[in-house]
Amino acid sequence: MHPAKSVIFFTTATGAGYGLLISLFAYAVLGDLPADDRFFMFSFSGAFGLVIAGLLASTFHLGHPERAWRALSQWRTSWLSREGVFALLTFLPAAGFAASWWFLGQKALETTVLGAVTTVFSLATIWCTGMIYASLKAIPAWNNPWTVPGYLSLSAATGVPLFLVLGVAFDADIGRLPYFTAIGFVAFAFVMKGLYWVFKKYDDVTATAESATGLKMGKVTLLEAPHDSANYLMKEMGFKIARKHASALRKWAMFLGFLLPIGFLVMAVTSPPQDRFMPTAFAFAFVFTGTVIERWLFFAEAKHVVTLYYGAEKV
Amino acid sequence: MTALPKDTKKKLGLVIDLDICVGCHACAVNCKEWNTGGISAPLTDTDPYGADPDGVWFNRVHTFEVIGEDNEGGRTVHFPKSCLHCDDAPCVTVCPTGASYKREEDGIVLVSPDTCIGCKLCSWACPYGAREYDETEGIMKKCTMCVDRIYNENLPEEDRVPACVSTCPTGARHFGDLNDPKSDVSKLVAARDGYALMPEQGCKPVNRYLPPRPRKPEGEAAKAPRMLKYTDETKDGAGLLARLVDKVLSG
Repeated sequence: MHPAKSVIFFTTATGAGYGLLISLFAYAVLGDLPADDRFFMFSFSGAFGLVIAGLLASTFHLGHPERAWRALSQWRTSWLSREGVFALLTFLPAAGFAASWWFLGQKALETTVLGAVTTVFSLATIWCTGMIYASLKAIPAWNNPWTVPGYLSLSAATGVPLFLVLGVAFDADIGRLPYFTAIGFVAFAFVMKGLYWVFKKYDDVTATAESATGLKMGKVTLLEAPHDSANYLMKEMGFKIARKHASALRKWAMFLGFLLPIGFLVMAVTSPPQDRFMPTAFAFAFVFTGTVIERWLFFAEAKHVVTLYYGAEKV
Repeated sequence: MTALPKDTKKKLGLVIDLDICVGCHACAVNCKEWNTGGISAPLTDTDPYGADPDGVWFNRVHTFEVIGEDNEGGRTVHFPKSCLHCDDAPCVTVCPTGASYKREEDGIVLVSPDTCIGCKLCSWACPYGAREYDETEGIMKKCTMCVDRIYNENLPEEDRVPACVSTCPTGARHFGDLNDPKSDVSKLVAARDGYALMPEQGCKPVNRYLPPRPRKPEGEAAKAPRMLKYTDETKDGAGLLARLVDKVLSG
């Protein structure tokens, strides 16, 4: 599948933004967050900024962005529509969560309740994003149970380190619990993506040129394509370049996105509080970079069954 | 509304005979010709006379070679493909705007050009590649089963069939109601073991394909009728003198 830049940015940015919102809720309840007003400002504007920028980017690949509001109407059948509805609905409790935090404090009951609702809606939005892809039977690589956990776990694996960077920036001694949580989520995402790559059906044959054409007399090969130049379907669904470098890119995504950040987080948590900012910032930068590579691969590696009509032997 | 109708009164569809199709692309060309002036008009092209032409087509002819297990007797199969107007059309249910819909009265799957946002998700959901993105207009387009021909009272009755069917010079394309077991197309499907493409995708396509007939046996029976009576005068049946003259003159 063609990896559209706007969709890669959308899914990674909103993932980190929602992850940050959820972390804010979790640590507001579990621990003591920096009381500094600037922490509040940076955290919430960061979370809202990432989500809003992502949502806007997602409209860039539309043929008619001015009609994007229509996408909210078909939530009964369409996961894309559900994603849009949940993304917009999340702004209500999230705005309430921020307001309650500002006026009533991070430990107020109202803040906790609104934060919990924000968390549920954020998770629902990411779930819908994953389901858009997981529900497509024509793309066997996505049509499996590991796609949605991949989206959810990477949201946490980018959101929690981002939260840590902001936390450490305004209160060096934020405690060790957030670090262990961040390490846990990055490791969890590592396992989830590993399972996706192990169990996903990239290498399994789900359909062949014979099954797609229904020709049972023998081995089917494409003799002449319908056109002598690439058409829309071949450009959109027939993206091949990533599969050539897939195993190398996967190793880079694993190393940059998971192992290196875990290393930096361990380095941070074992350092004295005043030295924790830099390794934490590096951890976030690498986990986000790795997630972008992973997301690019997610699209670029996936094969669509329509390619069977254009010369692919199996999908 | 992108919920699919529970059932459609008719299932208008195409039956394509892979035994007869000669791969002349006339169906694809006439489809483009009609539809670039029909309800989905225009079917835009980009760089049509340049090095990398591209454009919107609803119907395409793929040509496959099939080689049997004995590695002998390769066959060329021309394979026209357009929208199969599925009963469980995934392109319709994924549509976030309701622009895609399946008509309850005849089962035809259409896109409303005024509400499509051009998100392309329908083209990802369709296993058959029936969805086309019109780069110039920013919306998705697809085969309409020539809905503007088949009900068009301004056309003579015999022309009220899809453009691809009306133009096929070999009669490889048939149009009718596949929900009616008594229709000509249903009888044809029953007689020739017509099949659906990729049933494992669960889309329940309406269109059917008729498989190529088995190859005729080799040997005398494989020859064209006129060849059966043909005798090679230079070898068989020529008299002694004739063969002598032939040898002298050939030498």
